[in-house]
Amino acid sequence: MINRRRKVRQEGNTFLMAVSAVVLGLVAGALLMALIGSNPFSGFYYLFRGGLMNIERVGNTMATATTLMLVGLSVAFAFKTGLFNIGASGQMLIGGLCATIVAHKVFLPRPLFLIVLIASGLIGGAIWGVIPGLLKARFNVHEVVATIMMNWIAYWSVYYFVPAYLKGPSLETESASILVTQSLRAPWLTKLFHGSYMNLGFFIAIACVILVKFILDKTTLGFGLKAVGFNRYCAEYAGIRVNRNVIISMMIAGALAGLAGLSFYTGYSRNMQIGVLPAQGFDGIAVALLGASNPLGVFFSALFFGVLQSGKGFMNAMTAVPPEIADTIIATIIYFTATSVLFGRMWDSIFKRFKKNPKEEQ
Amino acid sequence: MWNTLSSIFPYAIGYTMPMLMAALGGLYSERSGVTNLGLEGLMVIGYFFSAMTIKLTEATLGANALPIGLIAGMVAGAIFSLLHAFASINLKADQVISGTAINMIAGALTVYLARTISGSGNVRIMMGIIRKNIPVLHRLPIIGQLFFTQTYWTTWICLLIWGVSYFLLSKTSFGLRLRACGEHPSAVASAGVNVHLMRYIGVILSGALAGFGGAVILITYSGEFNGTVAGLGFLSIAALIFGQWKALGILGATFFFGIATTIANVSQVIPSLKIIPPVYFKIFPYVATLLALVAFSKRSAAPLASGQPY
Repeated sequence: MINRRRKVRQEGNTFLMAVSAVVLGLVAGALLMALIGSNPFSGFYYLFRGGLMNIERVGNTMATATTLMLVGLSVAFAFKTGLFNIGASGQMLIGGLCATIVAHKVFLPRPLFLIVLIASGLIGGAIWGVIPGLLKARFNVHEVVATIMMNWIAYWSVYYFVPAYLKGPSLETESASILVTQSLRAPWLTKLFHGSYMNLGFFIAIACVILVKFILDKTTLGFGLKAVGFNRYCAEYAGIRVNRNVIISMMIAGALAGLAGLSFYTGYSRNMQIGVLPAQGFDGIAVALLGASNPLGVFFSALFFGVLQSGKGFMNAMTAVPPEIADTIIATIIYFTATSVLFGRMWDSIFKRFKKNPKEEQ
Repeated sequence: MWNTLSSIFPYAIGYTMPMLMAALGGLYSERSGVTNLGLEGLMVIGYFFSAMTIKLTEATLGANALPIGLIAGMVAGAIFSLLHAFASINLKADQVISGTAINMIAGALTVYLARTISGSGNVRIMMGIIRKNIPVLHRLPIIGQLFFTQTYWTTWICLLIWGVSYFLLSKTSFGLRLRACGEHPSAVASAGVNVHLMRYIGVILSGALAGFGGAVILITYSGEFNGTVAGLGFLSIAALIFGQWKALGILGATFFFGIATTIANVSQVIPSLKIIPPVYFKIFPYVATLLALVAFSKRSAAPLASGQPY
């Protein structure tokens, strides 16, 4: 399974495949809009307009993309080691919960506080990620099932922890809002983006994109992780400690998802709602796949999905199209990325028609 | 204690049956060699399409709309599973990712369609199945009270499907071929069996059964489509592993999860259980699954070729 995933990636042009998947996803969205009797053109017009029409909305789009980018990096990082992290939602919840606790209980000078806040989200996510990693390395428990179980354990833990210890004044189903000064929001950013949700999380995400790229491309650790992803038996034969790399990979993936939770629960929003498994954890899979598990690709695909997610409310207000169209488009893009072999073959045959094979000329 | 047990038992059974159907579907698919992580989504599809069908027909057909809804859910699940079958069998796509895509498409698409009908995204049906005591049998001591009081008629259909599946998989040549496709496809192919066809059958059956399970949720304890089956599909995958890919094991595992979940749901109203915080009951099935995975994974009975394209 691991080897095949790599092979698919290398066949054909990844960029063309990503574009084909996006186009087909948008076509599917257009068909669905037409199916319920709406005009797809106006639907898409308002969808993109809702994400980009003024500075405030651009800021919201960037704040939405921040979370997606970090989850995308998390999933992509695990992919590089041949692991499928479907548990980003749970890691987000625990990272967000730790950060929310810190934001409520810890009062320090701002720069020091930010470091503690970021560390809490990072550590919370890392703990939630490292458990499936340990189970995989020590007992060969499949990480997909383990992370799904961890998702639900996180879901119920938050479900009971928040009302018991962080209850808000009015609603039973969400935590008390944290102070703006205790969040990732910064007055200058809020002002710059005309009062949007834009927050310091965006810079954390950018830093993580660079850091992940650096780790994967320039360090021994990254080389080892990728070697395990390419062929774990070969890596083992070459003296790379496979189990150790599996644990480290899941830990870092969890930490990145924990940061996503931090950016979402203490930046984008300022409280935690219970009974919700954050959908970003699954959208992040789409981000990673569309970005071909490449940090730079993740950056751009997160921005693209950010536009869809943040524009859907406006589209729903202006047309009769339900907001779930954005999620449907994203899900369809995942499906078409998974079946990218189809496009690989298609583009190959098109290219062959234009470029004559040198062997045939002889 | 006995009173408590006998009063929650019918609920536990009601909760077990949809899970049993989805897990049984997963069994067909995995045994044929295709990992189906999309059970959750396929359940949602069955859940939605049965709700739609019943909503459209209940005014004229009354209670007869329920069986039609069940069939609609089953057919919808089977058709939707073709997406997964095509991706994983013909295109040799990554089955885990394809299954994840199925889950996401199902979750988004059904709510999208439901919203165009009801606005809120919920589809409520007028009435579900009325629980009934089985004549004569419910007077039997002990088991009468546990198994034959307050039952849904769908429970008996589910058990019948389970029995047929058990027979089909372990006693017939079809079952042998299907299982062989999941263990060593090239050997079966050399014996003249069409591996792709067998795998299509496995995946379609998994879609039909998961869709059926979703429809059962609707007409038994839910009564309303609300966009999610709350992780029941994932729990049935866990039950599949817990039950070590065997029909009898799956029956035991789903029932274990059913009773654990029911106890969690009612723990706050039962004095003897009230002292334990509910969070422990809620996370119990998931922690138990992780522990079971740790215990079993050394000698896992998973089909050898499951997840590998042929």
